[in-house]
Amino acid sequence: MFLGIILAMPVLLIVGLLFKSESVLHANSLSDLLFSTEWKPFQGKFGFYSYIYSSVLVTMLALLISVPICLFAAIYLTQYAKSVYLKVIQPVIDILAGIPSIIFGVWGILVIVPLISHYVAPFFGIETAGYSILAGAVVLSVMIIPFILNILLEIFKSISKELPQASIALGATKWQTIKYVILRKAFPGIVSSVVFGMSRAFGETIAVLMVVGNVAQIPKTIFEPGYPLPALIANNYGEMLSIPNYDSALMFASLILLVIVLLFNLAARMLISRYETKI
Amino acid sequence: MKSKISIQNLNLSIGKNQILKNINLDIPENQVTIILGPSGCGKTTLLKCLNRLIDLEENVTITGSIFLDNEDILHTKSDLPGIRKKMGLLSQRPYPLPMNIYDNIAYGLRINGIHNKHIIRESVEHNLKQVNLWDEVQHRLKEPASRLSIGQQQRLCLARGLAVKPEIILADEPTSALDPLSSTAIEKKFVELKEEYTLVMVTHILRQARRIADYVVFMYLGEIVEHGTADEFFNHPKQEQTKAYLEGIFN
Repeated sequence: MFLGIILAMPVLLIVGLLFKSESVLHANSLSDLLFSTEWKPFQGKFGFYSYIYSSVLVTMLALLISVPICLFAAIYLTQYAKSVYLKVIQPVIDILAGIPSIIFGVWGILVIVPLISHYVAPFFGIETAGYSILAGAVVLSVMIIPFILNILLEIFKSISKELPQASIALGATKWQTIKYVILRKAFPGIVSSVVFGMSRAFGETIAVLMVVGNVAQIPKTIFEPGYPLPALIANNYGEMLSIPNYDSALMFASLILLVIVLLFNLAARMLISRYETKI
Repeated sequence: MKSKISIQNLNLSIGKNQILKNINLDIPENQVTIILGPSGCGKTTLLKCLNRLIDLEENVTITGSIFLDNEDILHTKSDLPGIRKKMGLLSQRPYPLPMNIYDNIAYGLRINGIHNKHIIRESVEHNLKQVNLWDEVQHRLKEPASRLSIGQQQRLCLARGLAVKPEIILADEPTSALDPLSSTAIEKKFVELKEEYTLVMVTHILRQARRIADYVVFMYLGEIVEHGTADEFFNHPKQEQTKAYLEGIFN
């Protein structure tokens, strides 16, 4: 029964959102909706491309920052550091994971935005107010680090000690063992953790919305503002619903979010199952 | 009888627990040395000292020396991989590396700098034949090693160890997870291998020790109670504890 509900949830969500976005789908072609940058609600034109672009860019950049940090931290903590470090750090990670996202947003405005505006961007000779794709990505990466790191730690801890010992006993160095044995063994888990982090990052709303600038455009550099999908929905839902099809368009935005996350999960599943036939 | 490994005054503690107490032992070359003893008597720890896997544990204090062909290998900081390469390890359960059957054996060669495909291929075939696994797997070398049966996996692990050309083979209860047939295969192989290698095997199976041992070491609570040739040990034990252990009334 409960299993049925859980299994039906994604399907129901997609069907519900499809149903709600029907009218905007009728009025616009799918390619216009997905690949046009023209956003003129009063004329009934809803091109989501710049929003999708911002969402993907912010998320990928956040992963680019957080995944290497998490990977190296997890390797260090489980393979090199004394076990007492891990015992101290794990509860701290749990606390970090539990911090409300609004706090990360405020931290972003107070610290990251000025940092980018005063130091980082001028270093590259760029002038910016700091509210930018980069600011969104930095805030996001800090938010998802505890989640990804936690999963990675569990994965590395679950690899039995004897496996690396078998490699070391053959005369491999520790680094060779990590590279060829541990990372190989952990690969499916690493992919899962990245996709999990990606799903969280993609849907994260408030903290990103506060620092990303919310300008619907295709940003030329990461120092320019963007406007991710969740921010669009949160900023506008309930406010501009007198405009025809606006409500439906925002539902379609939710559908895009959901479908992209599902596609990434599906791709990860396929990658993992293909890999598992090889090891 | 020439000794291959000479352990002198070895003491080892983990935290405040003394695991090994004043171990003095000469392990004869080209023979099967069996280390016997009840669980928790320090057999495995002693084995780990030989290939320095003990370095991976935390809070270990260790004193004494272990000579391998007159070189003290216990305290040297240099070339640990080189020392370990000389000692193949067969653990309680097989741990095939997360790669295919072929690469499991090629791995040891590659990390030691051998990349010639021809040489690797020959070594894979030769060593799989050594452990009588070639006929069973020659058509599925690209399959994951994890798909082999556990007995096959253990033979693969032995082949993997042999491929890096060790001088000594250390085995820690290598048949404890295997069925009787696979166990016998491993035992037979060990007896054959002593022509070329020095074998040290930990076990708590008395009958297994009787079958294949040339030299026996009996440990209890971190100390060596008695050691001697198989004949001396099984037929003329000197210590009361040994007699009791052999008669199965030990506690």
